[in-house]
Amino acid sequence: MSVKTLTIDGVPIAIEEGTTVLEAARQNGVHIPTLCHLEGISDVGACRLCLVEINGSPKLQPACVTEVAEGMNIRTNTETLQDYRRTIVELLFAEGNHVCAVCVANGHCELQDLAIEVGMDHSRLPYRFPEREIDVSHDRFGIDHNRCVLCTRCVRVCDEIEGAHVWDVAYRGAALKVVTGLNQPWGAVDACTSCGKCVDACPTGAIFRKGSTVAEMERDRDRLEFIVNARKDHQWTR
Amino acid sequence: MDLNELLEIAEKERQRAASVRIRCCTAAGCASSGAEEIKDRLEQSIKDAGLDNTVEVCSVGCMKFCGRGPLVEIDIPGVLYQQVSGDQVEAIVDALKQNKAAESGATPLDREHPFFTLQQPIVLENSGKINPERIEEYIAVGGYQNLYHVIHDMSPDEVVDEVTRSGLRGRGGGGYPTGLKWATVAKMPEGQKYVICNADEGDPGAFMDRSVLESDPHRIIEGMAIAAYAIGANHGYIYVRAEYPLAIKRLETAIKQAKRLGLMGSQIFDSPFDFKIDIRVGAGAFVCGEETALMQSIEGGRGNPRPRPPYPAQSGLWHSPTLINNVETFANIPAIVREGADWFASIGTEKSKGTKVFALTGKIRNTGLIEVPMGIALREIVEKMGGGVPRGEVKAVQTGGPSGGCIPAHLFDTPVEYDSLIQLGTMMGSGGMIVMDTETSMVDVAQFYMEFCRGESCGKCIPCRAGTVQMYQMLTKILRGEATLIDLEQLERVCGMVKATSLCGLGQTAPNPVLSTLRYFREEYLELLKDSPKAQGVASR
Ligand SMILES: Cc1cc2nc3c(=O)[nH]c(=O)nc-3n(C[C@H](O)[C@H](O)[C@H](O)COP(=O)(O)O)c2cc1C
Ligand code: SF4
Ligand code: SF4
Ligand code: SF4
Ligand code: FES
Ligand code: FES
Repeated sequence: MSVKTLTIDGVPIAIEEGTTVLEAARQNGVHIPTLCHLEGISDVGACRLCLVEINGSPKLQPACVTEVAEGMNIRTNTETLQDYRRTIVELLFAEGNHVCAVCVANGHCELQDLAIEVGMDHSRLPYRFPEREIDVSHDRFGIDHNRCVLCTRCVRVCDEIEGAHVWDVAYRGAALKVVTGLNQPWGAVDACTSCGKCVDACPTGAIFRKGSTVAEMERDRDRLEFIVNARKDHQWTR
Repeated sequence: MDLNELLEIAEKERQRAASVRIRCCTAAGCASSGAEEIKDRLEQSIKDAGLDNTVEVCSVGCMKFCGRGPLVEIDIPGVLYQQVSGDQVEAIVDALKQNKAAESGATPLDREHPFFTLQQPIVLENSGKINPERIEEYIAVGGYQNLYHVIHDMSPDEVVDEVTRSGLRGRGGGGYPTGLKWATVAKMPEGQKYVICNADEGDPGAFMDRSVLESDPHRIIEGMAIAAYAIGANHGYIYVRAEYPLAIKRLETAIKQAKRLGLMGSQIFDSPFDFKIDIRVGAGAFVCGEETALMQSIEGGRGNPRPRPPYPAQSGLWHSPTLINNVETFANIPAIVREGADWFASIGTEKSKGTKVFALTGKIRNTGLIEVPMGIALREIVEKMGGGVPRGEVKAVQTGGPSGGCIPAHLFDTPVEYDSLIQLGTMMGSGGMIVMDTETSMVDVAQFYMEFCRGESCGKCIPCRAGTVQMYQMLTKILRGEATLIDLEQLERVCGMVKATSLCGLGQTAPNPVLSTLRYFREEYLELLKDSPKAQGVASR
């Protein structure tokens, strides 16, 4: 095992080769905002919130998929990055319909947390008020596309951890949408085992348990990590 | 197949060819204006005149002046007719009988026009001359001899070295040094490797790659085979969009013919070198031209880009090292092998070697395909070759498509090369060149490209997916006269953010047309603002 030395926000650190910049930062107490990243599933580098500046690289690099290298000088929270992150969060709020006051995830929502973190009290970009559907055809769960931020965490968790691959992405651009089965109502998809992992994975109130009332959503995020570790290391208790 | 057999085919073909040939362009441009029918009527007419023993009507690829199709060329007396219609066929055959140019109807094109004389064909050297559906004609002009030479007389390293020394840079847009890319894949450990030809060509207004595929498909196959030999690959893919049915058909025919002659498959030219090519037809999404998305699509997945590194050279198709080059890049290879790196490097400029094919379109007199040496002044292209605009004055030229920008007329003395165009805030791109006149609104142009990117964004990353929509809306607001200076500031801010944070080249370059028009035509934006002095003047009038 080889060790790399680098600096994050001016603090020198030594870290195992193959670690991502995001892990390196977290292990050293530096917080980098993320949305599409979820411990236990693969990374796609899609939300761009974790972008950092790395000396010698003209482009910003996503911390979640960039591996550490010897001598890296990483800055995670410059003014430029702060501005970009705020704009990304604004873009997300403007893109969907996020009416927090009537959301099951109110108070337990990663999008809300991000808004607070980047200091977004309003969006400078106009809200688009798209017309989106709600699918409650599943016995136990539902999806409200108005609150979906298209992070594809549900897609990956269902494919990689549950092995059911109920979710996928359809269309493109502004029409992009997560779909169940072959774009069928969720309830009609036999492959769904009703395991609820997608509910746990969803960062917002998009996928929810039926019967939950406003601000009631609780998720067990550690469950995914637990399952992954259990499979890998055969530790079945937590 | 050995060299003698190859040369025999070439010789036989030369003897077979009739003394007089009538060449009809049947590439997509001319086909869309009825070229097939003209060709059929010419054949019938020749037969009726009893000339079919001495005169041959051949179907050939693009003759470059696509705006004036259908084009018909006669060897003797050496005339190229434009906009040939069915009722001119008789006159052309008559002229042929009498060995002089036709007087009734069909108009000959002036071959001494700068449109033709300023061209320097390398990539298009066979285009419009040979029948793309007959491998014998390609062999007769020296085809596949370069592949033979490479396999038998050169080591893979020598081939890579030759390409490196030629200075060839990728013609797909970015201009990455081709030799360096080849060397990187060649240096990867031995094992499964792939070669991909990127024939997705999604830029609006571009048709260069399509023309090459339709006009000289064997050239691409030979170029890819040489690349495969150089990097140690045995399998190639051509990724071409379904909107190009003729190109697909001609490629399929070419692959079949090459296989039949043993120029593709195992032990090519009795050597240990194996190589085969498969065609993959894409549904026609712009983003699938991006290399990582393209590879996803070949693998059967959704054409989404992924973060790089790893680059395709390290981990590409099915995680194997993969070389991906553009159609035109591959088309240069046989000529480089034949004439040598020094010859190629002597053409063009210091940092941009060789020629570049452009699809010259827009508000211009002469639309068509041009192949010009790098470094030629934009003015030469627009004014001399293109003949200027039919009405008013030339205002700007757009290059680089949705990733590029506009060059205003006062900068037309700029040489056309990778770096000079980047300095002007645009790029070479794959070769679309759209001419605009003084009637064109540059804000309209910016909105057009943003509409394109908004629709073509794969949607994976937020800045591009949602940012392009916002930018499009702001541009619309400006065009409607409903925007203020604050909206313009907002637009520029979002442009910068989308450029800096998007995952792939589509989003990273989508703001370019806006930024470039803002750079050179800012006053057009300002005039449209609600609170601009000018707009207020209009309102109070
Ligand atoms: C959105 C997008 C679309 C692209 N479309 C094409 C294309 O149609 N054809 C092409 O050759 N390269 C295209 N490219 C560039 C390719 O990704 C790649 O760089 C190129 O094929 C490499 O070949 P070259 O080195 O020969 O230029 C595109 C890039 C992006 C980001
Ligand atoms: S409940 Fe489980 S199986 Fe069903 S969609 Fe969600 S993750 Fe997949
Ligand atoms: S439903 Fe939830 S987990 Fe799935 S993409 Fe949308 S926000 Fe992400
Ligand atoms: S930049 Fe656009 S096209 Fe590229 S990954 Fe992001 S959303 Fe998709
Ligand atoms: S967390 Fe890295 S891009 Fe989303
Ligand atoms: S398509 Fe016929 S000349 Fe170009």
